[in-house]
Amino acid sequence: MEIAAAAALGKFIGAGLACIGMGGSAMGVGNVAGNFLAGALRNPSAAAGQTATLFIGIAFAEALGIFSFLVALLLMFAV
Amino acid sequence: METEEQSEGLAFHPMDQFKIQPLFNDGPIHWYTITNATLWMAVVLLCVLALFVIGTRGRAIIPSRIQSVAELGYGFVHKMVEDVTGKDGLKFFPYVFTLFCFIVFSNFLGLIPGAFTTTSHIAVTGILAVAVFLTVTIVGFVKHGTHFLGLFWVKSAPLALRPILAVIEIISYFVRPVSHSIRLAGNMMAGHAVIKVFAAFAPLILISGIGIAVTPLSILAIVAMYALEILVAFIQAYVFTILTCVYLRDALHPGH
Repeated sequence: MEIAAAAALGKFIGAGLACIGMGGSAMGVGNVAGNFLAGALRNPSAAAGQTATLFIGIAFAEALGIFSFLVALLLMFAV
Repeated sequence: METEEQSEGLAFHPMDQFKIQPLFNDGPIHWYTITNATLWMAVVLLCVLALFVIGTRGRAIIPSRIQSVAELGYGFVHKMVEDVTGKDGLKFFPYVFTLFCFIVFSNFLGLIPGAFTTTSHIAVTGILAVAVFLTVTIVGFVKHGTHFLGLFWVKSAPLALRPILAVIEIISYFVRPVSHSIRLAGNMMAGHAVIKVFAAFAPLILISGIGIAVTPLSILAIVAMYALEILVAFIQAYVFTILTCVYLRDALHPGH
């Protein structure tokens, strides 16, 4: 009984800790978008052609945050 | 889970909306069982069909509204494939456009309250991503033979670094279908779950006094999240499509 309770405790703590990873992903996405804006304001005529690159960069940065979300989900529902 | 729900007064679990249920009678789910996922995928297909069949029926010089929408979508994806993949990537345009239509419609139809979001399931997005992965790998080997392996052997790097880079490149190549599928499913699932969490707080006014402050705030939060989800629904379809184009470009021109 106590082992089961400890396992449940560890599960919830682990899921909460996994969410810290989302903060890193948030910084990454903010970095990409901020640098894009800084570049776009210097040369607005070139900005329109680079929105695809912006979204690709955001997607790659965001993927790792989604991985931590996945770890949290696995801990909550699969383990 | 049960004890947590009772202590916080949550009326329902935020993940309940993603449950796959048989449509007609309760029982075990086989591969042929018609579930709510099947229903909503069929609705998505019907909507895509309706848009393009009705949209291209008139073929007027001055397009009607639905024809404008169909032409906008076609032109948008066509330009994306041409810009990212190049002219020779245009023979994959039907495939990419099919992916885009399916994902964009299932994302948007999933936003209807009570609807089921098919793209929130990794089983669905996983199949889409693995199909893209297999297409890219097969196209790469058919077009370039063993030269396709040059994708992992970075010629522009110093010789000493190349084996390390090769390991990293191989890992990142095989992680592609994982991140490709989980990005879409995770975004859809997370957004809908957040809306449900706020929705669970909304009826708090009925049970306790603190609800006078919490209920308007949570209703406001639902509206804000819903607006964000409309944006995310489109951006994720766009991202999935453009990453497919990027991977196809790697297969067609592995040199750079």
